[in-house]
Amino acid sequence: MVTLTTDVLVIGGGATGAGVAWDASLRGLDVVLVERHDLAQGTSGRFHGMIHSGGRYAVKDPLAARECIAENRILRRIAADCMEDTGGLFVTTPHDDPAFAERFAQGCAQTGVPCEEITPAQALREEPRLHPGISRAFRVPDANIDVWKTVWALAHGAQQHGARILTYHAVTAILRDGDQVLGARVHDQRGGEDLEIRARVTVNATGAWAGRIAELAGIEGVRVFPGRGIMIAMNHRLVNTVVNRCQMPTDGDIIVPIRTVSVIGTTDHHTDDPDDQTVEQREVDQMLDDGEKLVPGFRQARALRVWTGVRPLFEDAKAADTDTRDVTRAHALLDHEQRDAVNGFVTITGGKLTTFRLMAEQTVDAVCRQLGETRACTTASEPLPGSERREHYRLGERLARKEADLNGEQLICECEMVSRQRLEQVIARTGSTDLDDIRRQLRLGMGPCQGGFCIYRATGVLHARDGLGADQADASLMAFLQERWKGVWPVLHGDQLRQARLDEWIFHGVLDVEHLPR
Amino acid sequence: MSDLAELALLRGSLDHCIKCTICETACPVAAATPLFPGPKYAGPQSERYRVLGEPSVDASVDYCSGCGICSQVCPQGVKIAEINAQARDKLKRQRGVPLRDRIITRPTWLGRVGTPVAPLANLTLRLRPTRVLAQRLLGVHRDAALPRFAGRRFSRWAAARSSPRSARRVVYFHGCGTEYYEPWEGEKVVAILEHNGFEVITPRQDCCGLPLQSSGLFDDARKAVLKLARALAAHLDGEETIIVGNATSCTLMLKREAREILALSEDPTLRLVAERTYDICELLLELHHRGELRTDFRALPETVAYHAPCQQQGHWIGKPALELLELIPELDVREMDARCCGIAGTYGIKAEKYEIGMRVGQELFSQVQASGAATVACDSETCRWQIAHATRREAVHPIDYLYRAYGLGQPGV
Repeated sequence: MVTLTTDVLVIGGGATGAGVAWDASLRGLDVVLVERHDLAQGTSGRFHGMIHSGGRYAVKDPLAARECIAENRILRRIAADCMEDTGGLFVTTPHDDPAFAERFAQGCAQTGVPCEEITPAQALREEPRLHPGISRAFRVPDANIDVWKTVWALAHGAQQHGARILTYHAVTAILRDGDQVLGARVHDQRGGEDLEIRARVTVNATGAWAGRIAELAGIEGVRVFPGRGIMIAMNHRLVNTVVNRCQMPTDGDIIVPIRTVSVIGTTDHHTDDPDDQTVEQREVDQMLDDGEKLVPGFRQARALRVWTGVRPLFEDAKAADTDTRDVTRAHALLDHEQRDAVNGFVTITGGKLTTFRLMAEQTVDAVCRQLGETRACTTASEPLPGSERREHYRLGERLARKEADLNGEQLICECEMVSRQRLEQVIARTGSTDLDDIRRQLRLGMGPCQGGFCIYRATGVLHARDGLGADQADASLMAFLQERWKGVWPVLHGDQLRQARLDEWIFHGVLDVEHLPR
Repeated sequence: MSDLAELALLRGSLDHCIKCTICETACPVAAATPLFPGPKYAGPQSERYRVLGEPSVDASVDYCSGCGICSQVCPQGVKIAEINAQARDKLKRQRGVPLRDRIITRPTWLGRVGTPVAPLANLTLRLRPTRVLAQRLLGVHRDAALPRFAGRRFSRWAAARSSPRSARRVVYFHGCGTEYYEPWEGEKVVAILEHNGFEVITPRQDCCGLPLQSSGLFDDARKAVLKLARALAAHLDGEETIIVGNATSCTLMLKREAREILALSEDPTLRLVAERTYDICELLLELHHRGELRTDFRALPETVAYHAPCQQQGHWIGKPALELLELIPELDVREMDARCCGIAGTYGIKAEKYEIGMRVGQELFSQVQASGAATVACDSETCRWQIAHATRREAVHPIDYLYRAYGLGQPGV
């Protein structure tokens, strides 16, 4: 068995784990990160894409609000290229308690969240599809973030500082000798090999799965409540600003414009299984009805797909099992040396994407404490690879790039404007033959037709470039179609149903995918 | 609903696009030039990347001619041409409107200046050095078909006479082409309507704003169309009174385009005008279906090529002119099935687009030449000018044939 040795082993390739890898490698530590799937394929890749201003927590959780606005400002500096400065609005719709607006404004003032009241008329000029009956509107610095781009930038940055990133490597055992954790045994899910990673400190950054990894380490009582929430992506930007209902946080009260779509979220249901990706029909119905309260006509707009994200909520004895939103949203850093007298092991869980950098900072601080070293954190000022120019992403970038070479660049994915050249680059760079992995790098197949027109083209490109067998290429195509279908069918009505019928004719009628050689 | 909300909803029709590509295969411009990336690309696809308040990044949408064929062929109801028109409006506002577009989009102003000095103006506009200069200074292509000023105005003729009183009244919307360039077409329309028992009222009227709209000058276009709508609506006294026009693109503007593209669907006057407006051939064919059209036609033993312009097809009324022409004994009507002549209003006269327009029209021009017809009938004046220019044949409105077949005599040409 191959053995790797490192300073820090990070388990979990979400935003937090990648953030820890980036932070630790900037501090000069040697890092290995393992992730059982692809990067940001779990909770991090399954949220609405919002970077909070803190407004959402200004009344209910002032500490969280303060953390959010501080991190929001930092992320704008260090991850500029991953973010779009959409701004945010909190609006009092006819469905909301009008008295909440004052509490909201006060909460923002007390927590330092910049908040400017504008007239409803002004809000409607900026966002014409908002409910025309809104009575108050507040502008806050919400933004959006492309989480895959961010996590890949963190990983690439860490790699540039020597870190090793091992995706599709699942932990099968935590190595422990007495009260010392020594690392982990992992299984390479693609290569089929097992390897042992010996580390001075092991970081459990597995979010909703943190309890399971802690259990493997023989540590009791790390209980994480998985809180399951659905999000629905609508086919285009119904709004260009993050729009929040000005009320106590509840289901379906945020619409986030992210890339070419707008995402409404979310619900909140307790589940026992962090891998639970159930979508209940009533949740979909509720979400579409909630959308209608912010944007009349929401139900007639085209829903592309739905997905489930599972929040890691660290157990709080005061909370009831049934409503996980009341369990603390704050993150939990468990230094097991202090908590359990087990050395070389740190768990970070809970929290929210907006504060992933802070979580990573505090985690690496704890790692350094355990190592008995003093190393200063620099992630608050060091820009991520690709964000050095500190310019925010703009939605029109892909359109502008295509416009500059209108006839030269062949589009593979028309909806998300992915060129053949970019596709070939990513295939060459990642060496991946998994179209779904490639999707997260390029947004391939994420537009209105959900791969209907691009995936057979991409499969051809993949086959040609990589010398992949037809059977493997076909398998990748089928796996991609299956993955897309999972998110499409629960919202299949109206325009998307017509699309699905056309896609079905393409793949069954023309390509006969059910009988491809594989 | 605010006009912004209305535009956002129109934009929302992009949701219906299932990428089937039918519009791309039907677009005559994309087939003629690589400069236009096609209606699906420029419309529902690119629209997902356009953000209100952010700069326009896709100047290629300006190569859309606005013919509207994409929206007509879309089986899903995506307002493709309308989305493109909005994108052009934004682009124009950002770039600034060229002097040329400010001039050629104002036929009323042009007509008023040119009419009193028609012989001189017509001569000047046909001199090569003038046209070379105009191309250089204004960007109007030196070979493009430009109309001749008639030197008289239709409205003067109309004001000098009175239509016989009748219980059946129509308000006549003659448009700028009839007013300044082809007043005889208006005289024929009036004669045909009166022959069929209508009293014809001709209100004072100016441009409908279509050229402004298609060049992306939306604010000015709104002012123009609302002013026209009020002028016409003032004469809609009875429930039965209707508006009829012979400029098919301008009647389409009143019926639908201004309401959709300019987000004026809630203006009550425009709505009334839209409901009451008929294309002249549409009205006459409807009369015929009700058995009320006089069919005392003489035989016209000749051949005519008929081209239904894109804008006429946008009325969704079929091809009434074709059916009317077929009522005329011995007239051999040849239907041209090429889609577009390439002029698209003022598109084909612009220096950078003239060649594209001529390529777009090539199929039609070939069909016309192969038809053996000496004359082409077509409902839109700018298309007639383009076809006449490209095929060296006479191009007239279909009502010319009805007028002659009714034996209504010679109007003062």
